[in-house]
Amino acid sequence: MLKRVHFSKTWLPFLLVAPQIIITLIFFIWPASQAVYQSFLIEDAFGLSTEFVWFENFEYLLADEIYLQSFGRTLFFSAAVAFLSMSLALILAAFADRVVRGATTYRTLLIWPYAVAPVLAGALWVFMFNPTLGIFPYFLEFVGVDWNHYLNGSQAMGLVIMAAAWKQIAYNFLFYLAAMQSIPKSIIEAGAIDGARPMRRFWTLVFPLVSPTTFFLLVINAVYAFFDTFGIIHAVTQGGPANSTTILVYKVFNDGFVGLDLGGSAAQSVILMLLVIVMTFIQFRYVENKVQY
Amino acid sequence: MAFKSILTTTTALALTAGTAMAQTEVQWWHAMGGTNGERVDKIAADFNATQSDYKVVPVYKGNYTETMTAAIAAFRAGEHPHLVQVFEVGTATMMAAKGAVYPVEQLMADAGEPFDKSDYLPAVISYYQTPEGELLSMPFNSSTPVLWYNADALEAAGVQPPKTWDEVKSAAKALVDNGMACGLSFGWQSWVMIENFGAWHNLETGTKENGFAGFDTEFTFNNEHVVARLADIASMSADKHFVYGGRRGDSLPLFTNGECGMWMNSSAYYGSIKGQAEFKFGQTMLPLDTNVADAPQNSIIGGATLWALAGHEAEEYKGLAKFMTYLSSAEVQAWWHQETGYVPITTAAAELSESQGFYEANPGTDTAIKQLSLNAPTPNSRGIRFGNFVQVRDVINEEMEALWAGDKTAQEAMDAAVKRGNELLRRFERSVK
Repeated sequence: MLKRVHFSKTWLPFLLVAPQIIITLIFFIWPASQAVYQSFLIEDAFGLSTEFVWFENFEYLLADEIYLQSFGRTLFFSAAVAFLSMSLALILAAFADRVVRGATTYRTLLIWPYAVAPVLAGALWVFMFNPTLGIFPYFLEFVGVDWNHYLNGSQAMGLVIMAAAWKQIAYNFLFYLAAMQSIPKSIIEAGAIDGARPMRRFWTLVFPLVSPTTFFLLVINAVYAFFDTFGIIHAVTQGGPANSTTILVYKVFNDGFVGLDLGGSAAQSVILMLLVIVMTFIQFRYVENKVQY
Repeated sequence: MAFKSILTTTTALALTAGTAMAQTEVQWWHAMGGTNGERVDKIAADFNATQSDYKVVPVYKGNYTETMTAAIAAFRAGEHPHLVQVFEVGTATMMAAKGAVYPVEQLMADAGEPFDKSDYLPAVISYYQTPEGELLSMPFNSSTPVLWYNADALEAAGVQPPKTWDEVKSAAKALVDNGMACGLSFGWQSWVMIENFGAWHNLETGTKENGFAGFDTEFTFNNEHVVARLADIASMSADKHFVYGGRRGDSLPLFTNGECGMWMNSSAYYGSIKGQAEFKFGQTMLPLDTNVADAPQNSIIGGATLWALAGHEAEEYKGLAKFMTYLSSAEVQAWWHQETGYVPITTAAAELSESQGFYEANPGTDTAIKQLSLNAPTPNSRGIRFGNFVQVRDVINEEMEALWAGDKTAQEAMDAAVKRGNELLRRFERSVK
């Protein structure tokens, strides 16, 4: 029988967790509670006149057609970014997994974009697709496409989706490659001996075996598309044209920091905060017990 | 007891000595990046060199929006600068912040600094006055939209620089027929095509004297004249007689790389166009819509002014007042005007530029001043003062983009912009109550 060690009840455990608790309180709980409080106020920018209005900011938001459109747009954007970046990463990982010579070089090159800051990633795409100066609109003209994402909302949406997905491929690639390399070679070899061609082996063996990773990445990518794409959108379209790329997190910034409507902006961030909580819950509830590292 | 009082006296003496030796610092937050930022630094450095009591410290805080947000956040934290540069659409927000703002006219009077409002161009200072006529902030960089044209292209197409919208249309057609990719484009479209179109034709943009007379103002720019003009422009886009090139100055390359022959935007693009265009260009007054008015009224300004924020020491404000006097002196203003293309804010600076031969050497550079001082401003052409106007401009941009993309008619777009804009006005009215 193993002997259990008993610590006497002293201040030591509290002291050891104190830094973490203090950091959480100062950097999360306190600002979050400020946001909740702010969301109940209608206030001028300087904070000179304040009115406590309970849920009026929320009522205003939920009656605002543009806010509701932004919700739908965010879902579409996230789904598109997650699908595009994950499927491309999966394909790249499948090929990189088979490469024998120079594998490290390929991998390094594929991981590079992850080190690019979102704003810079956005700036790259802005230059490539600038309707007047960019190289791609010039090529697109030959195939009869009139590219102007300053005017065409669908093109603008397509552009930010591409930029955001491109940035995330590297991250997804890393996880997929790791997952594929942890699949025992014997399983794949058994499939090969049974006469399965590479495509069939991929769909019937590899794809199901990396499915926990797929689920994990789905959540991560959704969170990424929801919150971390701010820099890309700010650099590429600034939410335009006609709000067609204004996703929720961009609207929080725009209404709060550009429009100086602090109450309305705080209410939006409270709604976003609830969304994060739901997503984190899903991740821990369903993903933790399925993924094995 | 005796010892204690000696100690206090010594400390007090030491403190006074400390302040007497150090210069009084005046913090100036601005939004002028790049070359204009260097010019701002030069103005401050030159002022600091003229005397030894005060030191103006300019700090670049990002673009206009970022600078204003930074100043507001700093004010809430009690760490605000003495002077902050705020763009014209932030005027209503600043004005509503009574207690945070130290009106310039009052500041000059309190500091005993001579100040005569009549030295300034009326169209410039009328934008920043209370309905009672008190000047709230010090004009610094002001511009107004003009019609830029590619002189070579117009000549090749055999047309004169247009004076009316009918001429703009025929010139655009001639340019495209002569092989240009586009006839006309413009930027800052709310400012150029709504606010200035209104002022230029003496039409109101909103009730209550464009918002000057009260926060309970409502937009009226969905009137028949604006709608007819916009509908006409939208119909020009079918044959590329008009091409939309994005918000703000995004369409500048369309003009400078020779795609569009005419471009309506701020006179302050003078420096950029001069640097980029490889053709002969010119500027002329905004076109007149002869269906609306027989003669133009005057255009309104854009750009920024300097706001003094309250809550600092009287001595520091004294330095600030001296700096303002220096800043608006004819020499500094004429230099700033000739370097940047912003309009000179005083008549003396305009006259100095004239006598220095600047307008003769650079024809057309006085277009902005001529436009602004064409007539005495009316309530419709004095300026605009609407709350939440940064967002309202976004709304107008969005609705106009929907018009250019063909998703809405001009009437639908303007009606929607007015409706959405009015909601924002009501929200602003509540927030400052």
